[in-house]
This record gives sequence, structure tokens and C-alpha cells, in this order.
Amino acid sequence: MDLTALLAIQVLYAIASLALISVGLAIIFGMMRVINLAHGEFLMLGGYAAIVATNHGISIWIAMLVVAPIVVGIIGVVVERTIIRFLYGRMIDTMLATWGLSLFLVGMTTVIFGNTTVGISAPLGSFQIGAYRSSAYTLFVIAAAVVILAGVFAVLRWTRLGLIARGTMQNADMAAALGVNPPRVYAVTFGIGAALSGLAGGVLAPVSGVFPTIGVAYVAKSFITVIGGGAAILSGTASASALFGSINQVATYVTTPVFGEVALLAAAIILIRLLPQGITGRFFLGGM
Amino acid sequence: MTINRREFLRNSAAAAAAATGAETFASTAGAQEEAINVAGIHDLSGGLDIYGKPMVDALTLAVEEANAAGGLLGRQIKLINYDPQSNMQLYTQFAQQAALKDKVAVVHGGITSASREVIRPVLDRFKTLYFYNTQYEGGVCDRDQFDTGVTPAQTVEKLVPYAMKKWGKKVYVIAADYNYGQITSQWVKKYVTENGGEVSSIDFFPLDVTNFGSTISKIQAAKPDFVWSALVGGAHISFYRQWAAAGMRTSIPMASTTFAVGNEHIVLSPEECNGMLICYNYFQDLKNPTNQAFVARFLKRFGADYPNITELAMGTYQGFGLWAEGVKKAKSVDRLKAIEALETGIRIDAPSGAVTIDPPTHHCILDVHIAEVKDKKLNVLEDFPQQKPSDTAASCNLIKNPNDNQQYVIKI
Repeated sequence: MDLTALLAIQVLYAIASLALISVGLAIIFGMMRVINLAHGEFLMLGGYAAIVATNHGISIWIAMLVVAPIVVGIIGVVVERTIIRFLYGRMIDTMLATWGLSLFLVGMTTVIFGNTTVGISAPLGSFQIGAYRSSAYTLFVIAAAVVILAGVFAVLRWTRLGLIARGTMQNADMAAALGVNPPRVYAVTFGIGAALSGLAGGVLAPVSGVFPTIGVAYVAKSFITVIGGGAAILSGTASASALFGSINQVATYVTTPVFGEVALLAAAIILIRLLPQGITGRFFLGGM
Repeated sequence: MTINRREFLRNSAAAAAAATGAETFASTAGAQEEAINVAGIHDLSGGLDIYGKPMVDALTLAVEEANAAGGLLGRQIKLINYDPQSNMQLYTQFAQQAALKDKVAVVHGGITSASREVIRPVLDRFKTLYFYNTQYEGGVCDRDQFDTGVTPAQTVEKLVPYAMKKWGKKVYVIAADYNYGQITSQWVKKYVTENGGEVSSIDFFPLDVTNFGSTISKIQAAKPDFVWSALVGGAHISFYRQWAAAGMRTSIPMASTTFAVGNEHIVLSPEECNGMLICYNYFQDLKNPTNQAFVARFLKRFGADYPNITELAMGTYQGFGLWAEGVKKAKSVDRLKAIEALETGIRIDAPSGAVTIDPPTHHCILDVHIAEVKDKKLNVLEDFPQQKPSDTAASCNLIKNPNDNQQYVIKI
């Protein structure tokens, strides 16, 4: 019984971490249709920002939840203004440009921080369920994912900013005719997507440690999640994370971590075969 | 003037051939009277850089010291370092480059067993002497190669009974998912079984796995007396973090064949790894005059704040020392002459104690020590002088079968 509870937490944690690493991409790729191959590097930069800030004496919570998203958000806006804005609607060119950006960011961080794993200890200690113990930070990651998804939903659904963003993505010309400045909306949206990636990178840094090429481990999973989720970015990301996260974690527990990864990928292939439009192409229609 | 395409191609090809010919001639002529080329192939970037950096520093110091003492056979030594970036393809490429372009007398290098098995056939084919200086799973039997690191019969065999006596008989093994982890975990199982214990499970992890949550639950469900870690590389460090964060470090202790080799005990906080048991050939704090002098020279060269001189760094330093002794004895850098000289049982007095080549296996007889991780230091608890590589010796005899060329793997 205790073990079941612990496993349930592990499954929730796997779902939460998939949702965290995907939510930034869901906005940049799902909403803006920009195939951002540097997404993993945004997460990596968030991790570095959190760790550097913590090592400079800033509280770990502020470092993760404030410094990391702000730093990566600013980087995101700069990237959008200097590279991405020339490439809207040119999918292949965007892929090339962001892939180049990803290599550049990996190279830069290697030069600055060295190619060594750096990390910080997870705060909060541990909690106990019966005879079993687990890291309390796991619960924090789950809570963070819930709050972030809820926050993104609230902003998109109920604020003027969210309405303008959604409108611009659907029809930029019409939005412009109604007095909105689409380039600015694009820049802000891209920046918010990047900031959410940075936030996720910061939150996950104490768990996984950070090294310059860690983005590779994230980028494939986030794309699989966002594509598996389909058109509705939030319900899609949430439902795809739930599906893939549970499959991954249960397979990992029953067999090995290697097979857990295989099961995740196999599930993704089957899902895309059955539902080419992603989960929200068939279910949760009209969701967001 | 008109140049026809065919003529142009012919002329430029001839010019190019002349240029390469001249260059090759120059480099061979130069090598004969000038420096002896020695190649080092160690990962200085990527997930394995935690191991490579100290190895390259140790090799650099060894070469500098040899050159300061007048070189080898009256010739200076030129060290050529390659960084394969934790990428196996680059290992092949650099091993070929070292053998064919640099025409080195010896290659020191390879960190993971995977990389060793990548470059070993290349160096065999091009008849280039190869020193693998990393502690590893044992069993490599190849006359072209010398393995100066410790193997399971020297370390696991000592540490298993020590840990079982201290903590109990039920062991849970977690290991990196490639030949090193696969084979080493079998050795652990063998010694645990022989000592009357039980291995409840062996789990393998690819080198890029960073989430160990479900494994930690599984270990708790299995309730072992202690955990044995053969995890490798930068990503796996997060296991120790997550283990401690789950509050497990204080309830289930841990022994390891890889911990601290990459200075994990300095990267992690004391709360995350105190009490871990390890067993290697070398520890920086060994109390003997040769070592104290060595540490002083090393720190002078690389800075007093150097984190820790690792097992692998010492393996590399000693590997170079053994090779140099062999060359002195052979009075030649020729591969076969050097091998024959080394097969007389070359011995050096190294910082870790006496290190002697075991002729039938091309491995080493050396001291090992069990130590405990305590507040970023490694405290030696027990010494085992002059251990033989009996695991490899059980199946490998290069004096009887000089043409043997394979890795013997333990079968349970």
C-alpha cells in the first residue's frame, strides 16, 4: 500500500516533469509554429541561471523561480528579435537557424562553465510514507507543474494579453487591422515561452544537475509531448504528459529505465499513428 | 594560354603528390633524430570529462619530468593530446591519427571500457603499443596492450567482504549500462555469493539517465543491507543527490567501484556521500615518501588548489612510468622490443607503492586500499599490499599464447 502510494507519486512526478519541459515549447511550437530546436538549450540556460544565482548567495527559491525565467526570457526576446522574426512561416529555415543557435549556446556555455556537471542539492529534505521515503522536492516539482499550467491557462483564457496573443496567432493580419502590433506580440509570446522553459530548467536543476549538452535529453521528449498533445496546447500538453509519463514510469518500475524510455517512444509512435492530429485532434475538442 | 581541364587536373595532382611526399619524408626524417612521439587520448569534454582532466594532467607531468631528466634514450618526448569529447567515433579517428600520422611509440588513453574496445583493434592493426591506465572490469588479453589499472579481483574481492561484514548480506547493484557495468556487476555478484550473501537485483542505466526516482523506490522495496554502485559519468551523479534527498543515505549505506574516481566526493556535499566505501590503488593521502614528494610536485605544477589527484590520474602517471622503464631496458622505442622488455616484469616504485607488470596478463601487481568518504576527503581504512590480477590470470596467459587477442568475460 505504502509502495503503491510512493509509486503514484513517482508517476505524478514523471508527468509533471514532462509537462514542465514541454510547456515552453507548447507556446513556441504549438502556438507560434516555430520549430525551436534550441528548446533544450533554453532549459539548460535556466538550469545554469538558477545554479549560478544560488552559488552567488541568492536564495535557491528566488534563483529557480525568478532569476531563471527572467534570464532565459530576456535571451528569448533577444533571439526572437535577432533571428526568429525574419523566419516566420519558413519552417526549414527556422529549424536550421535554431539548430545553429542550439550548437552556439552549447558551445558558449562550455566555454564559460566548462563541460562539467554542476548541481545544487535539492532543498526540502525528505518525507515518509509508511516504511518508504522519498524526496520532498518531488512534491514541489509536481506542485510547480500544476501551478504553471494553471497560470498559463489563466493568462491565455482570461487576460487581454492572452486574447491578443491567441488572436494574433490565428490571424496576424486581422489582428493588425484591429490595431494590434503583431511583431511585438510575437516577441512577447516567444519571450514568455522561453521564460517558461527557463523556469522549468531552473526547477529541474537540483534533480538532474546541469551540463552544457543536457538539452539533448530534453528536446526530443518535449517535441514528442507537444506533438502528441496536438493542436490545443494546454490540454494537449497535459494529456500527452499524463499518458507518456505514466507509461514511462510504470515500464521503468516493472522493468528497467532503458525499457521505460523505449516504452515512451513506442507509445508516441503508436499514438501518432492512431491520432495523427495528436490527442486533442480527437478529444478535448475546442479546448485550449 | 589555354589550360585544358584534364591537363590541369594531372598537373595539380602531381603537385599535390609531390607536396605530401615531401612532408612525409620530412616528418620521418625528423622523428628519427628528434622527439619520441607519445599520444594521449582522454576525454576532456562531454560527460566523461570528470575523469579525463586529471589523467591528462598526470600524463603531462610525467612527460615533463622525463624530459627534465634528459628525456628517454637521450631523446625528448613529445606528448600529443587528443580530446575525443566522450564520442566513440572520435576515438577511432584519433587512434588512427596517432598511429599513422604521428607515428607514436605508444598510446596512453581510453577511459571507459567502451572506448578501449574501440581503439584496441585500431592500434592492434597498425602495430602501435597501447597502455590502458583505467581501473576496469578485467579480462583483456592482448599482447599489444598493457592494463595498469586495478581489476575486480584486486578491488571488488576486498571490498565485498568488508562491506558485508559491516552492513549485512543483501546487496542491490546499480551499474552503468555498457561493458564495464555489465561485467563488473557480475563480479560483484560472484563475490557476494561466495561470501554467503545475496544480490537482490542488478539494474543498468544508460550514461545519460538523470532521473532515478523509480529506482530509488525499487531499492526501498527490496530492502537491501547496502547498495553497490558502478555508475559512471556526470549524469549519474544525480543518483547520489536524489538518493540523499530521499533521506536514504542514512538508512541504506553504499559501496562503489567508481565513486570518487571522478571526484564525485568533492562535487557532492558531505551530506550526500559521507560513509560511502570505495577500494582503489591510489589515494592522494597515502603516507609514503614517494607519494608525498609526488603530491608536492603535482600541486606545484597544477596549483595548490587542485581538487584531488584521482585513481585514474595515478594510473596514467604509473602507466607512463612503466612504459618508460620498459623502453630504457629495451634501449629502443620499437614496439616489440618494448613489449619484450616489459614482459621481464618491469617494476617501478610509484607513489601508490611498488607497481610490477605481471608478464602473463600484461596487468599490474600493486597495492590496494579500502577507504571511506568523509567530509570531501577519502580516509584510508585498510591496506592490501601487492595484489595480483588473478581474475585475468585465470584465463589469460600471453607468454604461452602470445597471439591471444580477446577480452575474457566472467561467466556465472
